[in-house]
Amino acid sequence: MLRNRTTLRDLASTIRSKNAGVDHITFDIIFKDPAAFEKVRDSGVLSPKTVAALYGIPLDRITDFVVFEPANAVKFTIRRRRPSGSPGESDVFGSQQYAPLFGIEVA
Amino acid sequence: MDAVTILCPTGHLGFTPFEKASFLAGCDHGPDFIVADSGSCDIGPYPLGADSQASPPAWQRHDLEAMLLAARRLGVPMIVGSASDTGTDRGVEQFAAMIRDIAAEHGLAPFRLATIKSEQTREFLLGQLAAGTPIKGLDGRADADEVLLARTDRIVAVMDAAPIAAALRDGAEVVIAGRASDCALFAAPLLNAGLSPATAYYAGKLMECASFCCEPFMGKESILGQIAEDDIRITALHPGQRCTPASLAGHAMYERRNPFYEHVVSGTLDMRHCRYEAVDERTARASGAAFIPAPQPMVKLEGAGKVGERRLAVVGIRDPYVIENIDAAIAWARARLSERFGAPDQAGWAVHYHLFGRNGVMGELEAAPPAHPHELGIVVETVCRDAGKAEEVCALAARNLFYARLPEVKGTAGAAALMADEILVGKPGYEWTLNHVIPVRDACDLFRTEFHLVDGRARRAA
Repeated sequence: MLRNRTTLRDLASTIRSKNAGVDHITFDIIFKDPAAFEKVRDSGVLSPKTVAALYGIPLDRITDFVVFEPANAVKFTIRRRRPSGSPGESDVFGSQQYAPLFGIEVA
Repeated sequence: MDAVTILCPTGHLGFTPFEKASFLAGCDHGPDFIVADSGSCDIGPYPLGADSQASPPAWQRHDLEAMLLAARRLGVPMIVGSASDTGTDRGVEQFAAMIRDIAAEHGLAPFRLATIKSEQTREFLLGQLAAGTPIKGLDGRADADEVLLARTDRIVAVMDAAPIAAALRDGAEVVIAGRASDCALFAAPLLNAGLSPATAYYAGKLMECASFCCEPFMGKESILGQIAEDDIRITALHPGQRCTPASLAGHAMYERRNPFYEHVVSGTLDMRHCRYEAVDERTARASGAAFIPAPQPMVKLEGAGKVGERRLAVVGIRDPYVIENIDAAIAWARARLSERFGAPDQAGWAVHYHLFGRNGVMGELEAAPPAHPHELGIVVETVCRDAGKAEEVCALAARNLFYARLPEVKGTAGAAALMADEILVGKPGYEWTLNHVIPVRDACDLFRTEFHLVDGRARRAA
């Protein structure tokens, strides 16, 4: 049976990733309004554990996880495997690492 | 006391030319200072390591010219930091030369230029280590040792507001600084005006990326800051943009691990209790920052070192059987490379196969690569100490996909399409070797300030 699934993509106005210094990539999920922000915050779908699982990395590579109320936002940061721009790296600005977040379902 | 006003036209001077209309609109407000940062680590380790710029000189000159002409017309100081992308001595000298050229071209009346250099030599840091001064790793890195310094080609120290504020107090009308914390460029004149470090650095943090702190998203548009103690008001100057509490708070978390703390040489900005409110349609106000002075000033060091020469090839695959078995094809290709050149670690070569269509963008972070992509675009990246060998390794790494031996391959005339049978010359590969801090006695210790009188009329007459 089909059901309407609400995802982060529906609820957030900004979902982005970017370098935070040379050794980290940081992710910002900013919501359209406090109601959407609170719904996601309280649902538990975003946590260090869920994002580590989503990216297939050990929990200790999530170096920061912050619920930032002034911006209606959730923010987390992961340690890169190698510094940005090293040979073999694929995203020197870290700017295209957020796509998997789009599909997170919010009950 | 009246608020201090600062005009900021761009978050990275020269990276793309800034928009003049909103900048000139900002000039009409009669700002007290015009400030812009020109550098970033985001561009990767190559520009610092190779000491080259990432921005075209014409765009750098465009931005410097607009700022200098406005600053001299208004009679207010202009501050530019992290000159020419990297903030190396080359960058400072290049920007100072551009300032002189622009002054001469426009016949500008004499003004006082301060240059503040921040490059450090490997020998100086080796001496510090030998004297027992630790060079501590940031972000989980190990402390620096002689081996790490030996792998480092170029090093800059990151200044806070102290050397810039001192140059302004000594009468600088134009400051061209080497590598600097972005927020420090704004904090320097605010500290001189008697504002607290909390307000000064926080205002800089909010303003450093110009119109990125406004909405909707637009780069390279000017913003105006009106700063009084614990009362920072930011106004969007492009008519289509607004600065709102949400856009300002959203920017506070941009490009940083954590939205609550910003570290500079002399302490840490604490933004945990900041508040954001609307003032009018285009202006938002921020307040509530604190500053925790460091018991020991620590200067951040950035360093990059060369890994080797880089060569690239582009290969496409359409055969669904080869696509399904691409890992086996690459393993076969790698085995043949090792046979010929020796094991990569010992023989000093590396090949990276970037599989666009599968996980070329996200690499190991791609948790769900498609099982059956329609086609694969493979960028073969090779790094090797010797350029000739890099070329040879790259050619074989690409052609070995063409000849890949897979048990049931039907396309026996070639298992891959070569976009061109051509090896592209890449810039040499570098890596960030230093992301460290070193203790200093005084926040100005590692930075070298010089004053120059620039007389555009004299040079034009000459």
